[in-house]
Amino acid sequence: MNDLSVEFQGVSKHYPHFNLDNIDLELPTGSIMGFIGANGAGKSTTIRILMGLVHQDKGTVNVLGHPMPADQTEAKLDIGFVSEDMRLYGAATLKWHMEFVSSIYPRWDQAYAEKLVRRFDLKLQQKIKGLSHGQRVKAALLLALARRPRLLVLDEPTTGLDPVARKEVLGELMAVLADEDRTILFSSHNTQDVEQISDQITFIDHGRIIDSDDKECFLDHWRRLRLVLPQNTELPHLPGVIDVGGSGRLPVLTTNCFDPAMLSVCQDLGATVQAVDNMTLEEIFVTSVQHRRETLAV
Amino acid sequence: MHSDLIISQTDGRPMYLQIMEQIKLKVSVGDWAAGQEIPSIRQLAMALRVSVITVKRAYLELEREGVIVTQHGKGSVVAPDASLAPRLHEDQLAEHLERAARLGELLGLTPEELASRLEQASGRSMEQLPKENQ
Repeated sequence: MNDLSVEFQGVSKHYPHFNLDNIDLELPTGSIMGFIGANGAGKSTTIRILMGLVHQDKGTVNVLGHPMPADQTEAKLDIGFVSEDMRLYGAATLKWHMEFVSSIYPRWDQAYAEKLVRRFDLKLQQKIKGLSHGQRVKAALLLALARRPRLLVLDEPTTGLDPVARKEVLGELMAVLADEDRTILFSSHNTQDVEQISDQITFIDHGRIIDSDDKECFLDHWRRLRLVLPQNTELPHLPGVIDVGGSGRLPVLTTNCFDPAMLSVCQDLGATVQAVDNMTLEEIFVTSVQHRRETLAV
Repeated sequence: MHSDLIISQTDGRPMYLQIMEQIKLKVSVGDWAAGQEIPSIRQLAMALRVSVITVKRAYLELEREGVIVTQHGKGSVVAPDASLAPRLHEDQLAEHLERAARLGELLGLTPEELASRLEQASGRSMEQLPKENQ
């Protein structure tokens, strides 16, 4: 069995006002990847290429062992896709949708679907047009989950959900991963959700991947050092430091490749290390994006 | 699945450290007994709604510290206390013996002389033992 469920190599797509540029992406089977980017960063375009909905100009895409877009019909039997603009029929009920989807996909699991109806607090007889945004998202997710796909691709699944619904949805996503052969890719700009449940994290900005790693490495490599400098001392440029904030004798350094040896370097300069802070994924994301934009601007 | 571990979003420490600390507490107060089977990595991840890789890291570090033992394909158990101390002592003994052998060589002792010195040392240690235990 291939241990990568998704593999992008050098994928590019040109639009008049946007370029997806040389995307490499690897998603190991059995894990969750959080795909983070600002609005318009290229998340949805990447996902559409993954699904075969948009054809790349360059590069290769392999999903569950199928080259895309060539093999998309077969690949889609094993992919569950939920996006924000997913159209369900407004005049039809949830029950009607469940019967429709189950008639197409042979692996439809009716018992699981019914369990999800209860867990998501949905009603079988309710028409889609009468549902709130959160209920619609949960309905779409239910229709995808009950097919028991090997790969779930979710475009902003938690956006616009209230805290209770968000917790239900994240819980169901984790439950999918109880089976080691299932894999999830979800895009979000909610870094807190991503930080909590993702194994792999990928940052995208302006159509380029700016970082991609497993979450523990990500969090391990980033630190913020708060220093106190002796009087009349200038802090030289230190390798690995990508941002220097603070002011005067109280600089704040941000590094994306923290090594305890850095602390002794600072101490050798006469500085006192006041604190070494862990950073949240949100802080890491914002700093990465800013750093990259500044580097490009120079 | 219900879990009685708590991951706090306001606790500044990484999630894997929070998991480690709470498991150690469970073991030290005896809620999780020596040799007892503990949740698999995936089970605990699901229950806590945190990623598999975070729980995996916590388990790896706990194993390194000798708190739990993971058998490949069989899951993890709380380390049986009885075996923990002897294992550490075994490692120490091997280290000391090697050092003794090196020092003996430096002093030009034959292996027989070294062995007899070890015998004398263990004789002295035997004499001291009962006193220490009283």
